[in-house]
Order: sequence, then C-alpha cells, then structure tokens
Amino acid sequence: MAAEELTLQSHIQHHLTNAKMCSTENGIAFNKACSEAGFWTWHIDTLAWSIGLGILFLMIFRSAAKKADTGVPGKLQCFIEMIVEFVGNNVRDTFHGKSKLIAPLALTIFVWVFLMNLMDLIPVDFLPAFAGFVGEQAFGVDSHDVYMKIVPTTDINMTAALAIGVFLLMIGYGIRMKGIVGFIKELTLHPFSSSNMVVQVLLIPFNLLLETIALVAKPFSLALRLFGNLYAGELIFILIGAIGLAQLPLHFVWAVFHILVIVLQAFVFMMLTIVYLSMASSESH
Amino acid sequence: MELMLGLKYIAVALLIGFGAIGTAVGFGNMGGKFLEACARQPELAPSLQVKMFILAGLIDAVAMIGVGIAMVLLFVL
Repeated sequence: MAAEELTLQSHIQHHLTNAKMCSTENGIAFNKACSEAGFWTWHIDTLAWSIGLGILFLMIFRSAAKKADTGVPGKLQCFIEMIVEFVGNNVRDTFHGKSKLIAPLALTIFVWVFLMNLMDLIPVDFLPAFAGFVGEQAFGVDSHDVYMKIVPTTDINMTAALAIGVFLLMIGYGIRMKGIVGFIKELTLHPFSSSNMVVQVLLIPFNLLLETIALVAKPFSLALRLFGNLYAGELIFILIGAIGLAQLPLHFVWAVFHILVIVLQAFVFMMLTIVYLSMASSESH
Repeated sequence: MELMLGLKYIAVALLIGFGAIGTAVGFGNMGGKFLEACARQPELAPSLQVKMFILAGLIDAVAMIGVGIAMVLLFVL
C-alpha cells in the first residue's frame, strides 16, 4: 500500500484517529481494516489509557491509605487528605440523602477524570511518535499506520460510558428511595397534576414527555460537555503545533488556560454527579 | 462538491459564532453579579467563587458541545 501523502490535513487526521481493534472474517484486525466491522470495534488506546490511569489512581491512593499515620503526616498523605477533604466537603454540602457510596464515587470520578484530562498536557506528538517508533522496530509496521490517542476523554465513548454509569445510578437511587411505583409516579404525575382523575390520566403522556426529556438530558449533557471541552482543547494543541516556530508562545498560553479547563471540567462532572444523585434520592418536588 | 464544502464551512462558523455570543453574554452577566455580591459582602467571596465555577462549567457546556461538533465536522467528516 503506497504511503499516504504527508499533508497538514492527513497529519491532523492521523492525530485525531483512535487505534481500533475488531474481529473480521480474517480474524482480529486493526485500524484501517476495521472500517466495515460495525459496532463491535474497540478503541484499544482509549481502553488501555483509561484502565491504566485508573489503576495508577488506585495504587497511589491505596498506598497512602495503608501508610496513613496519626502523627505528623508526610507529603503524600497530606496531599491525598486535601483531595479527600475537598471532595468530602462538597458531598456533605450538596448531597441531601443517606448513602455510603456517594463520597467514594465522587472521589473516583473527580480524580480519574482529572488524570485522564491531564494527559492532554503532554505534547501531542510525543507518545504517539514513540508508539510509531515501537511499531516500526518491533512489528515492522509503517509508523504512519500506528494510531494512538493518549487522552481517553477525547473519545466520546469514554465520556458516554461515564455518563451512562451515572445515569444508571440515578435510576437505581430513584427506584431504591421511592420504589418502582413511586419512581413511575414521579415521571408521570409531575409537573402537571390535577385532582380530577380523568384530567390526570390525560396529562400523563405530556408529563412523561417532559420528564423523560429532562431525565435523558442529564447524561447527554454530562458526556458531551466533557467531550466537547477536551476534544476542542486537543484539536487546538494540534493546530498550534502545525504552524512552525511561532507555536511556542501560543502553546504556553493555551496550556496555561487548559490547566484551568481540565480541573474545572473534572470538578463540574463530579458536582453534577452529586447533584443529580441527590435529586434522584431525595423526596420528589 | 464545492457547494457542500462551502456549506460545511458556513455551518462550522455558525456553530462556533453563536455559541460564543451566548457564552459571552452569560459570563458577563454572571461575572458582574458576582463582583457586585463580593463588593457588598466580602466574607462570602470564597463560597460564591466555588458556585461561580460550577455555573461557569454549566454555561460553557452547550457552547463547547457546539465547538466539539464543529471541530468534528471540519476535520473528520
């Protein structure tokens, strides 16, 4: 296969493509051979980086917890305590129900999303070029055919997975607190209710439509907000990198702004998770 | 073909432009009220600042969704 022409467009497209793996009739296939494989195509770079960062988070926090000491704390313990206290305060102020799951969930979401977003500050070409080098030396693959995106949250699949998890928890908490009947009642009898039975039954489809839209908009907006912010950020990094030497001051400015964005997006994701779960598990309006 | 390309660029411009207008007006209003509140009651400034950042994340959301879709449209489709 002839090497594809090295244009700006193809360079940008190369950096915006995930590494795919699928099973076709010739066995396991990767990347370009996956274009007809349909739904069950795995983005192995997203999976590997997100699981790797999750394991890193667990290892660091577990080691700090095991060495936790009531005497003078060391630096790692202090740092971990700051994060846990921050998340704990937010949960205490915002969550108005009773649950032992919410604080660890909020901590996991905050730190995991922050770590995944943090990968965006590593220069875009760095690790993918290394992966291409490894591909050439170890597997004899042309380095232009090696695709890797190191920021899992720029993949809509990752953010949608997180949002679907939160959505299932919302429904689960709603059913646990109110029972299935109560949950369905809340979907069909709000916001318009009336004391007349017939009018009430006629209003049910209307209520159902409004409440369903409000319910489904939550995970949708969670997923797309995080994806949009991170994808646009990464794309601007790639574009700035493509303009030659003048990229250095621009990179610095954008990177400093991006430091704010990654913390803010992780924080907003966590706060919205807590708020939605609080709304789902409290008594109805 | 050029018609499709031209329309694509116009679509990207509209997506990003309108998002920017809404976001700017929203942030301007919210920032103004925040500064006013801090001037009236300085002791509330830290707690109001946290709430302001949460609101910033929410106001940015739909504009960022628009920018994300515009980027995908421009570079991937």
